[in-house]
Amino acid sequence: MSAITLVPAFVRRTSFIELNARARANELTDPGTGREMLGPFERLESPWLPEQGIAPQSDDGCVVIKGQIGGKPVVIVALEGGFQAGSMGEVSGAKMTAALDLAARDSQNGKKTAAVLLLETGGVRLQEANLGLAAIAEVISSLLALRQHAPIITVIAGTVGCFGGMSLVAGLSSYIVMTPEARLGLNGAEVIEQESGIEEFDSSDRALIWAINGGEQRVGMGVADELVQDDAAKIAAAVRKYVEAGLPRVHRSQQVELYRDRIAAIDTSRQIDPLSIRKQWGTAKKVEGAK
Amino acid sequence: MSAQVGLRGRAWFQALTAKDPPLDGDPGSVLTADAILGTDKARFLCVVPNPQGRFPCVRRGEVGLEEAYALARRICEAVEQDESRNKRPIVAIVDVKSQGYGRREETAAIFLAAAAAADAYATARMKGHPVISLVVGQAISGGFLTHGYQASRILAFDDSGVVIHAMHKEAAARITLRSVADLERLGHEILPMSYDIRDYAKLGLLHKLLHVENPDNPAAPTVGQVRDALIEAVADARAGATDLGNHFKSEDARKIRLAGLTARARIEAEWATA
Repeated sequence: MSAITLVPAFVRRTSFIELNARARANELTDPGTGREMLGPFERLESPWLPEQGIAPQSDDGCVVIKGQIGGKPVVIVALEGGFQAGSMGEVSGAKMTAALDLAARDSQNGKKTAAVLLLETGGVRLQEANLGLAAIAEVISSLLALRQHAPIITVIAGTVGCFGGMSLVAGLSSYIVMTPEARLGLNGAEVIEQESGIEEFDSSDRALIWAINGGEQRVGMGVADELVQDDAAKIAAAVRKYVEAGLPRVHRSQQVELYRDRIAAIDTSRQIDPLSIRKQWGTAKKVEGAK
Repeated sequence: MSAQVGLRGRAWFQALTAKDPPLDGDPGSVLTADAILGTDKARFLCVVPNPQGRFPCVRRGEVGLEEAYALARRICEAVEQDESRNKRPIVAIVDVKSQGYGRREETAAIFLAAAAAADAYATARMKGHPVISLVVGQAISGGFLTHGYQASRILAFDDSGVVIHAMHKEAAARITLRSVADLERLGHEILPMSYDIRDYAKLGLLHKLLHVENPDNPAAPTVGQVRDALIEAVADARAGATDLGNHFKSEDARKIRLAGLTARARIEAEWATA
């Protein structure tokens, strides 16, 4: 027995990042409570990908699970980063919007139902372009309707991260949980380099990318709530904590004056040092479980 | 991409708010005015290029940090002021080439700024303000999500200078590993990929496509025509629901978005028994 205890906890843990979307969602629900809505055996696929020579996937990269966390009703929507970089298309967008709307309806009828969003996504699926962009606008609208009644908890574990229009969805959430491997931003480094030049952002500079978009920075500067190591049990515990906490007093995306003042105070004559913005804005939360 | 982005936005803002000067206190890239629209006083909002802007990557009409928070502030202000009275219409005049693509923007969490603006627009709509988007030029990607896509009703000009899209052509081609020519060809074959506003109109997302004469330099009758369309859209929004359900109501939407509507119906049915 003593040999087992010598193996460090980090080795014995279940990595969340290594799980696919469905397995991630199943790590979070109370045992026996999760039920997938419109699962892959119903084969509702993107009608737009095959005509472009791209293989569709039978869940369109979006897994919806209705269940309970800590005895409370929740709906989990998990995006599959391994399929088209978790991008939002017509079907995946409709699944997410429907899940949020139904949670809002139950909440209004007295059964408060939180939403847990596992976001691994590059944003709009460009092969479905305008329907993807519209889907994100609709997700935002439905999220805000639910947010009047029950919390939205976003988890960004990595390795895709959360980018593009879906970063607004994260920004509108009640709580954001990230790992140090995760990234969150509107524009990825490659896009900035393409649009504004390599002197603006060198997308091969991974240290710079994580210094700006990484989980430690986003939590450190107070635009995400909790940094958790890549451990399914720890992520599940963080999600459970926020489901139980219910709605925050005020949502981050409503703190317009605070952030407007912060933007006004920035010296824009040069690039912003990530560490100094963390110091100025942040509440310097520690990594849970870190030494 | 036209070099004229934002000029149309400014021209239409001025045309529709002529007698009422812009409010003080916004950055040079954001115009706000309360102006008469039918029997209402409506709040008009527009993002315009500002070559002297503080942030170097958003001087050509992109929506950046200052723009997003300025929009959010102006909308929240109108919502607060109208808390216990007639909810004024909010009109977003849209001519935005994109969100800001800069390192400063990323470092200072532009995703949250964009979220704050979308939050403000959607909250205004859910509280009963008619929120109308008037797309006079470009409405691209995160720029449109930040400024305009939460509208109760979207109006757009039927004009080749009007583009509503997820990403401009050159960037979309690079990211999907296609040539611009391939992308244009695909746009003709695959409706949601098209850059043509008439194809966009077939997705069922628009309230109306407006045929206007000389949209760069509108004459008085054209301005009157657009004003009437806005008044009609406001009345229609007031008579309808405060969500985005109208995206799916048209015959076009029911046809084009059949897969999405099927997904929705099945989840709804399964939800009841789970």
